[in-house]
Amino acid sequence: MALAPAPTTGRFARTPHVARKERAEKLARAVFAAMAAAMVVPLLLIVGYLVWLAWPTLSLEFILDVPRRGMTDGGIWPAFVGTLYLVGLSLLVSTPIGVMAAVYLNEYARDNWFNRVVNLAVINLAGVPSIVHALFGLGAFVYAARFGYSILSAALTLAIMTLPVIIASTREALASVPIAFREACWNVGATRWQTIRAVVLPNSISGILTGVILQVSRAAGETAPVMFTGAVFYKSVARGDLFPYALTDQCMALSMHLYTLATQVPNVKESLPYATAVVLLGSVLVVNASAIALRVFLRGRKKW
Amino acid sequence: MKRIEVQGLRLAYDSKEVLHGISFDVYHNEIFAVIGPAQSGKSSMLRCLNRTIDFTANAKMSGTVRVDGEDVRRTRDVYALRRKIGMVAPLPVGLPLTIYDNVAFAPRAAGLSGKADLDAIVERCLRQAALWDEVKDRLANLGTALSGGQQQRLTIARALSHQPEILCLDEFSIAIDPVTTMRIEDVLKELRREMTIVLVTNLTQQARRLSDRTMFLLDGEVVEIDRSDVIFSGAAKSKRTKDYVSGVFG
Repeated sequence: MALAPAPTTGRFARTPHVARKERAEKLARAVFAAMAAAMVVPLLLIVGYLVWLAWPTLSLEFILDVPRRGMTDGGIWPAFVGTLYLVGLSLLVSTPIGVMAAVYLNEYARDNWFNRVVNLAVINLAGVPSIVHALFGLGAFVYAARFGYSILSAALTLAIMTLPVIIASTREALASVPIAFREACWNVGATRWQTIRAVVLPNSISGILTGVILQVSRAAGETAPVMFTGAVFYKSVARGDLFPYALTDQCMALSMHLYTLATQVPNVKESLPYATAVVLLGSVLVVNASAIALRVFLRGRKKW
Repeated sequence: MKRIEVQGLRLAYDSKEVLHGISFDVYHNEIFAVIGPAQSGKSSMLRCLNRTIDFTANAKMSGTVRVDGEDVRRTRDVYALRRKIGMVAPLPVGLPLTIYDNVAFAPRAAGLSGKADLDAIVERCLRQAALWDEVKDRLANLGTALSGGQQQRLTIARALSHQPEILCLDEFSIAIDPVTTMRIEDVLKELRREMTIVLVTNLTQQARRLSDRTMFLLDGEVVEIDRSDVIFSGAAKSKRTKDYVSGVFG
């Protein structure tokens, strides 16, 4: 006896449940997409507004020239080169320490009380507000270490501030290298360091560098830490001079310069603070873009 | 002559004991199969032999493991111990290096640097692993770009590169096709002449095809160790062994 064919109607019919499900899906997608789009709007508004107001002043000459007429006119060269000094020196200090500390924490450390304390310190240090770092830098570098108000003190303060984030991002990059690679190396009699050098570091370098470069923008933007430890209101520097400062000098910085132009100096040409902001923002965007480009390049060579 | 002696080996991860005091010996130039269902402690047992268990922070090992008479936990040079034992993991792991560097990695880590020596080792190991003919023209390509079966043979070549006297394979065939599996099995039959092989597998047929003796490990305990022809001919002493090899469970 032949079996009755299974009923075929109904399986693909639109039931109220399916309709409801599809509505919910469309709604969810629309809401999420709107939120993603919404975060582009402030960026465009900020950049657009700044460039619009800064336009009369904005030029290469503005970057290369020194401030004139009691800072109410002229350029921003001393502040621009000062920020380069501060950011460069701070990362020169924090990158090797941060990367090596992260390698220890991720590759060597076992779960004991010492390493738990170190982990806790890293997490908490990352959450300390920059003004507190500023006070710490003032006490530790300016007074206790007797570096005085100087580029050195300010850069070290910035280094302390960026260190925990560099450690965290480096650890993440190291952790993305599969554990199977390490085990394969250990199995053939390689030490941990041989494994790290041959396999772990070469395959996490793009993530490590990205994390470091993202700290450039943070160090360049912070005002309080440098204001307390080594940045000054005004410093006389020759136009376009690349090496105007010694490490023990005080310097100008873009973030601080923007703050003083906007709040401390009377009768500033209206477009001047906006142009300063555009240069600061532009430098940060250039650095971030180069980070992305570097990551794309290194990921293109990714090996698994 | 005894190559590996294991006595009362216990292993615990935190408070969970996975090996409950197992004892067995492995002799020179035999293929010693370890069979048993998943979670019976086979892989953990291998990690105790070359002490890569050290890298698992919460593992606690007791009992004695001797390799060529030397207690692995008292050995002065653990890296030399690991070079004495070639280890092949279940999933193929091509290191993200070139094919050449994959095989030359272990000799280099051991301090060898002469190009002629390295070239010779790379060729010998790739030949032994039956991979040479397929890759000899592209040794500078990435090992990770090879197919799964080729990567598993690359893994074997790497395990042979530090001239081990004992070769341990942990379910080497679970991620590769039957043809490659048969090729590797032929390789193993060749290698038996020069080294001792510990073959962990949950394919009872593979153990039957290849091994001289077989150990049945179940839930961290040794159920039975005997000649493979005894175990697989239905003459096993334990009913659990009989049931397992005849496919009643597992």
